[in-house]
Amino acid sequence: MFNPTPRQFKVIRALLFVSALLPALRLLVAGFTGGLGANPIEFITRSSGDWTLYFLCIALAVTPLRRLSGWNWLIKLRRMLGLFAFFYASLHFTTFLWFDHFFDLGEMFKDVVKRPFITVGFIAFVLLLPLALTSTNGMIRRLGGKRWQWLHRSVYAVALLGILHFWWMRAGKHNFEKPILFGTIIAGLLLVRVYFAWRNRSAGVSQARAKVQKRQVTPTPT
Amino acid sequence: MPLYRRPNGFDLPFASEITPQEIFESRRSFIKQIAIGAAGAGSLLQWTGGEAWAQTGDGQKLAAKANPAYVVTDKATSFKDATTYNNFYEFGTDKSDPAENAGSLKTRPWTIAIEGEVKKPLTLDIDSLLKLAPMEERIYRLRCVEGWSMVIPWIGYSLSALIKKVEPTSNARYVEFTTLADNRQMPGLRAPVLEWPYVEGLRMDEAMHPLALLSFGMYGQVLPNQSGAPVRMVLPWKYGFKSAKSIVKIRFLKDQPRTAWNIAAAREYGFYSNVNPDVDHPRWSQATERRIGEDGFFTKKRKTLMFNGYNEVASLYSGMDLKKYF
Repeated sequence: MFNPTPRQFKVIRALLFVSALLPALRLLVAGFTGGLGANPIEFITRSSGDWTLYFLCIALAVTPLRRLSGWNWLIKLRRMLGLFAFFYASLHFTTFLWFDHFFDLGEMFKDVVKRPFITVGFIAFVLLLPLALTSTNGMIRRLGGKRWQWLHRSVYAVALLGILHFWWMRAGKHNFEKPILFGTIIAGLLLVRVYFAWRNRSAGVSQARAKVQKRQVTPTPT
Repeated sequence: MPLYRRPNGFDLPFASEITPQEIFESRRSFIKQIAIGAAGAGSLLQWTGGEAWAQTGDGQKLAAKANPAYVVTDKATSFKDATTYNNFYEFGTDKSDPAENAGSLKTRPWTIAIEGEVKKPLTLDIDSLLKLAPMEERIYRLRCVEGWSMVIPWIGYSLSALIKKVEPTSNARYVEFTTLADNRQMPGLRAPVLEWPYVEGLRMDEAMHPLALLSFGMYGQVLPNQSGAPVRMVLPWKYGFKSAKSIVKIRFLKDQPRTAWNIAAAREYGFYSNVNPDVDHPRWSQATERRIGEDGFFTKKRKTLMFNGYNEVASLYSGMDLKKYF
């Protein structure tokens, strides 16, 4: 089983960091060289939205991958992947706030309230905020592992809302190919978790049963 | 890209503000001289009028006389933007798809069948259509329902010229346009995005309005395939999707035709679909728009004008509640 040395792990992490930045760098370079097409703002909005979903999928894939491969060190990369999802979501939201509304918060909130697909996307972004803010070791300690884990499970809601946001965005054009693809991947990643939880529970139950049976057959010392 | 765009006073095309033809033409030749002087300054050639448009693409030239009644002073969209950022779902749903995939479209031979409530049903081939009336160049604003806009020099003639030819009966209250739907030439048809073929329609008085252009070219050349070759409608006061592309059939009807987008999502796309800043799309506001290639990152979106600024069509809808009939 592959288990990187601390040095190898650092290299892996650095490579992952740089590759996760590539989509943003690509936008930056294309922005300066006129490579964003006829409607650059639309391009940035779509690209950042897509990459938010990609990183949500990748971050959600860590746990199943870790369990299937036994590569426990993967877990140490999950925070970075989650924060990249937040980074691209922020880029997506900022583009909306800046270039669509020019920081007119009143107009923005009108849009958020009036249009369900924006409402859903906005809620997903707001739900990501506490997750990003509590991503430090200090916050994990302060919250306590159990509570921290409970809070961070809201990423499941974020993923589902993200898919819904994308789905409704495409609904007008009946163009569901990509939302279906993303939806299937997210559904798969969540179902794997349901399966793991169910197996854990039944494993727990049979263990408990075994314990009870063991107690029954073991004569009690008198 | 401009940081701030000063209102230039030309956004509303009142008849009084339209440049007289002689001044307009002298301006064009003036700019042309500058452009020739600055040899190699290719981008300048885009602004040198009719013949020079052709130098922006490599299509076949299409001669036309500029019609000074239909000129806007807004800067024209570049040929590249206008022909690489298209909605033409028969060739794919991404805006870059049509330019990539429309090469497979065969625009000759081509015929349009004109039928229905007419005294003289006709099937016209593209050559007779091209000869039916004198070709005019008209520069129109185009507003897409998605919230962006362009300014395009089209070539064609008023649809009314064709309509008069076929003599509609008194039963003809609507016109229906049908777009080509050929699986061998149009890879986008495999996706069930819309009910194919694409169908659009107009009320008779809308179709007879001089602004309604039957178009065969743009930028001084024949229409590129992705822009609706060889013949399409251009209706500048309506959202872009009302203008059917690559038309194969025109039918005159007693009843309002069912149209592709209205069938797909009636709540979002009405039969009229006039550009109207007061009627939002359910998923976005229509109050503002972004001019492709001109409004940069830091330019506020511009205000959308009622009927896209073509107030001469307002009388067609007097007494109609345009919020109900959107």
